[in-house]
Amino acid sequence: MSDRNEIANKTASDSAARPVAPAVDIFEDARGITLLADMPGVSRESLDVRLDGDALAVEGRVELQLPEDMQAVWAEVQAPRFRRVFTLSRELDAAHIEANLKDGVLQLRIPKLAQAQARRIEVRAG
Amino acid sequence: MPATMFARPQGLFDQLDAMHRLLSRSLGVEGSPGTIRSVAQGSFPEINVGRTAKSLEVFVFAPGLDASSIDVVVERNVLKVSGERSSAIPRNDNGLQLYANERPEGRFVRAVSLPDDADTGHVEARYKDGILRVSVALVEPAQPKRIAVQ
Repeated sequence: MSDRNEIANKTASDSAARPVAPAVDIFEDARGITLLADMPGVSRESLDVRLDGDALAVEGRVELQLPEDMQAVWAEVQAPRFRRVFTLSRELDAAHIEANLKDGVLQLRIPKLAQAQARRIEVRAG
Repeated sequence: MPATMFARPQGLFDQLDAMHRLLSRSLGVEGSPGTIRSVAQGSFPEINVGRTAKSLEVFVFAPGLDASSIDVVVERNVLKVSGERSSAIPRNDNGLQLYANERPEGRFVRAVSLPDDADTGHVEARYKDGILRVSVALVEPAQPKRIAVQ
């Protein structure tokens, strides 16, 4: 699984509007890959997990109910949008991805295809 | 497992991003006024602060916490938010391969100094979708009072 670079999104001119790549943890066990992404402020309704070919795009909008007369005093988070795209490899079972969003953390479970799970090859002597 | 698929979890642009983050960290937050309690950019959790006529709204972007484990304390006009985030990566699986571990974990504390007109008796905190929102009421500005000259 590797990030797909999106040159269009990385030009300097639209740096203010460009979405932030969420911090992720990615780990693999015998049965599949787990991806965790920090997306604070993203609700189930504003989350979009999309598979296009082998590209898995994770996108979300930060939703805050702000009072109308509010003025920013300090802003470390400057983009109200998260986006990151990953390329899946062929032994993963994209049809059975499970997504779970809780307290601003997205958890994706991507199982391996049954035939892609590790087999032990016996080494014969002689 | 085809190693080439997983050897480089980060592409070139992410490395540039990381470099940029590192630079802005060492040079301080670009373009923002420095307050004594501001910390390096990219610290966890990140904080945004807004102000309305009636309240100061502090947004702490702290996903993946248990609301009951977050400590919010106001002491001498300083708002302090602390807590701990445990790692989600199983440690007891020997066959586990870790490709990315970017999510911060462990104890954190952040502080925001409140303005002089903050009413520290009226502070509310709510945690939703990974954002802790602390609303601090502001006392009404004193009306100018005319003093009659005798």
